[in-house]
Amino acid sequence: MPRRISIGLATILVVCFLWLMATTVLGLIPSGRFPSPAETWSALVHVSGRGYGGGDLALHVYNSLRLVVMGFLFAIATGVPLGLLMGWSRRAEAFINPIFLIIRPIPPLAWIPLAILWLGLGDAAKIMVIWFSAFVPSVINTFAGVRNIDRPVLEAAYMLGMPKFRFVTEVLIPGASPMIFTGLRLSLQASWTTLVAAELVGAFYGIGRVLNVAQQDLYPGMILVGMVTVAILGWGTTRVLGLAEARALRWNTAALAAKG
Amino acid sequence: MNRQISLLQSVALGFLGLACFLGFWQGMSMSGIVSNIFLPSPLEVYERFTTLIERRFAGATLPGHLAASFMRFAYGFLLAALIGIPLGLLMGWYQLLDEIVSPLFDALRFVAPIAWVPFAALWFGTGIGGPIMIIFAGAFPPCVINAYRGAKFVDPRLIEAANMLGTPSRRVIMEVLLPSSVPSIISGLRVSAGLGWQSLVGAELIVASAGVGYMMVQGQANIQTHTVMAGMVAIGLVGLALDSALRGAERVIQKRRGLEQ
Repeated sequence: MPRRISIGLATILVVCFLWLMATTVLGLIPSGRFPSPAETWSALVHVSGRGYGGGDLALHVYNSLRLVVMGFLFAIATGVPLGLLMGWSRRAEAFINPIFLIIRPIPPLAWIPLAILWLGLGDAAKIMVIWFSAFVPSVINTFAGVRNIDRPVLEAAYMLGMPKFRFVTEVLIPGASPMIFTGLRLSLQASWTTLVAAELVGAFYGIGRVLNVAQQDLYPGMILVGMVTVAILGWGTTRVLGLAEARALRWNTAALAAKG
Repeated sequence: MNRQISLLQSVALGFLGLACFLGFWQGMSMSGIVSNIFLPSPLEVYERFTTLIERRFAGATLPGHLAASFMRFAYGFLLAALIGIPLGLLMGWYQLLDEIVSPLFDALRFVAPIAWVPFAALWFGTGIGGPIMIIFAGAFPPCVINAYRGAKFVDPRLIEAANMLGTPSRRVIMEVLLPSSVPSIISGLRVSAGLGWQSLVGAELIVASAGVGYMMVQGQANIQTHTVMAGMVAIGLVGLALDSALRGAERVIQKRRGLEQ
């Protein structure tokens, strides 16, 4: 779609041009409200060189990324097996589901004050809330994935007397994996939102901390740098997950290609 | 899949699960393994909840805080729906608009709604404008995306028929595109309401002087875990009520569609 791409590029160029015109040339937007390109650049130089809000950009990025990855992996490690168990055993589902129904309506962000009370402002509280926000989508989608596996596949596995362990690794997990990855993508998005919120509420390092300090200092250039960094990190991690998905589900696309 | 189980078994297991959960929680806080200050028992949370309904904390009673939060939510959500749905429909109809808006929209979508907090506070203050903007940031994308999908996947025969009969664009949008994308729009609104409500809580935790989120932050600052938990319960209940209202609307519309055909 070259037409799509060229129009897209043109739009972005026009927006950048309008931004420059409105802030620098015509002065329509006062710099206390929204930064000009030059101010944004100087904020970027400021945070990556001298540092801002307790460290330089690399340190903040490293800290935010580390927490998201840890919370997210921890959520996968607990959520996916629980979803598999609930999908596989109706008893487990009946036992666990009501607890889920109580906890699920509470938005992950509402756990932040509790996490701070329990674990303070450090890494542990953030990992806890990220875990919480990423856990629920991974469980639900894994569960749905198991329930959506074609019955004949399951029956064939039973009929051939497949041992339980092989049944889980070779039938349940691959069968549910397209849905599992959908869940993981939702989990990852939720992780970033939660991390930024948790860091805005209170943190020593991290992109949210940069945003928070910049808000208090009324420093629009730095706010924009922080937001763009969050967007790039969110995009980048989603991209990595997409690549992992393409790799893990190669058999699936191959099956689709053979069919069609 | 394992053996099927009877309804009775499933209800019994469900109650057992809940009893285990609440019992474990009550046991942990009663036995003193975890200090009562940090883990109040379910009963204490319930008592606190009922007290907060009558007595003021952080400037208002719990219903007062909920009303303040809900007003902000309603404004932000309505604004998102009023701008997002027409934008999505138009993007589905005019290809050029789609090609112009999509790159911007995709770029903005990766900014977590909460990351708008500093600009929201700077532009609209921390009273009512700032939180509304954050709710808007959370609720807007699903409105646009679902209206767009609804408009894109309209049965082409309907549009061809309308075109053949010489219907002007504006009437095609109002009388073909909009009605046939209603189911998709409604499910978008459901997602939107969930995200908007969640963004509201986040916004109130960071910048606000009233609302449930503010009440929870005050509870946290005063080390009142039971107040924080009561706030979580209240937020969960309102979220649940919102979702079931929209789910009801979704069902009514689908049913009507089913009867029409």
